[in-house]
Amino acid sequence: MKKTITPLTGDQAVAEAMRQIEPDVVAAYPITPQTEIVMTFSQFVADGRVKTEMIPVESEHSAMSACVGSAAAGARTMTATSANGLALMWEIVYIAASMRLPIVMPVVNRALSGPINIHCDHSDTMGARDSGWIQIYAENGREAYEHAILAVRIAEHNGIILPVMVCQDGFITSHSVEGVELFGDADVKRFIGEYKPGMTTLLDVDNPVTYGPIDLQDFYFEHKRQQTEAMKNAIDIIPGIMDEFNKTFSRDLKIVEEYMMDDAEAAIVVLSSTAGTAKFTVDSLRAKGIKAGLVRPCLFRPFPKKYIIKALSKVKIAAVLDRADSFSGCGGPLFSEIRSVMYESKQKPALVNYIFGLGGRDIFPANIEAVYKDMFGMLKTGKVSNQINYIGVRE
Amino acid sequence: MSAKGWKDIPIGGMIDKAGSAEGYKTGAWRAFKPVIDKKKCINCLQCWMYCPDSSIIVKDQKMEGFDYDHCKGCGICASVCPVKCIKMEQEQA
Repeated sequence: MKKTITPLTGDQAVAEAMRQIEPDVVAAYPITPQTEIVMTFSQFVADGRVKTEMIPVESEHSAMSACVGSAAAGARTMTATSANGLALMWEIVYIAASMRLPIVMPVVNRALSGPINIHCDHSDTMGARDSGWIQIYAENGREAYEHAILAVRIAEHNGIILPVMVCQDGFITSHSVEGVELFGDADVKRFIGEYKPGMTTLLDVDNPVTYGPIDLQDFYFEHKRQQTEAMKNAIDIIPGIMDEFNKTFSRDLKIVEEYMMDDAEAAIVVLSSTAGTAKFTVDSLRAKGIKAGLVRPCLFRPFPKKYIIKALSKVKIAAVLDRADSFSGCGGPLFSEIRSVMYESKQKPALVNYIFGLGGRDIFPANIEAVYKDMFGMLKTGKVSNQINYIGVRE
Repeated sequence: MSAKGWKDIPIGGMIDKAGSAEGYKTGAWRAFKPVIDKKKCINCLQCWMYCPDSSIIVKDQKMEGFDYDHCKGCGICASVCPVKCIKMEQEQA
């Protein structure tokens, strides 16, 4: 199989995936730090390298609206956004999921305003965690590229039929150049296959249907129940699609990555690019004989409950690092989910939460080492000193 | 008839049959009912043109009556009738 290593930013890598996927329609609006995706893809359209119908819209609300129309018409549809762009399309984000339209949307994670900020945190997609979209988080540009290709198969699977957000960290991943191994165009096209919509579409004139009618007390609840079922199906179906992807492209994508977890006593759980920094820290602690481990959920919606329980029931303590606050007063969104699923586990590790990196504040190996030090300190005293902590905020 | 459960209906709120709105009897919403005096009617069909719910039944170019399954009782027909042959009568509860 043909593969070429190309120096690309995370954004460019995702644009390359879009070029290879060659959706029927892309309706998108530029927003930092996602702009480079739309910009690069527009160039592919202008240069005639894809036959995609590119719709340059006047806002993200229009972008998602156009995507809803296009997907309902039966076209393979993509868009991309970040932060306030995602917030502006919010209304239609929920509509896309409830109308069961398999739109794939790369989201470059950026802090939501206000105060206004353009740098990375996860407040944008974490806010959309209950919108009914599948969410996948990438550690680096290479993985964002691979997730984008994988997402097409997940979204369009007849047992799922749901939209998918493919998330990567703003600037840290989206604007850093790395060597991305691109698959052959034909191999990607073969993997995703020709799009055969799982529902009767608006352009099927022989079988006229209505999309988006009013749905009151008598049926709305049943349609929501169907959405839950699709998410439950997704957690069973995604591993098979991922296996096929891994076999086809000789890759090792995972639902939840476990790093040095076999004999770990203390683990950090973190999404996306910070896992790279954490792995570096785990390596240096391991060199000193300290049993540190790392768990990185790649899938956040549906939430990979059994994988998390399997990973964390091995350790005595775990620190969940959240790059967003939920302002519940009880910790960040990832922490809430993990604490919730661990309630069902026979072995329950002590769980602590660290909020970090809001508005793009850097996190360094020394910060992560301090988290492990805190955990081993708590193990020694047998007491959780502080359940919710903040890394790098000035007191 | 009991309504179908979530496993037996199309996903996404899609309606998979055309023209299904006809099966929805909006006539039940009516508080006032149009009644025609055929002796006065000149069959100008202004009521047919203005009716927002296509509830004026016309046969052989003549005003025939009302489709009470769908007429919501808005009274536009009575209002536009040039010879005032349509009256709105209170529905009996």
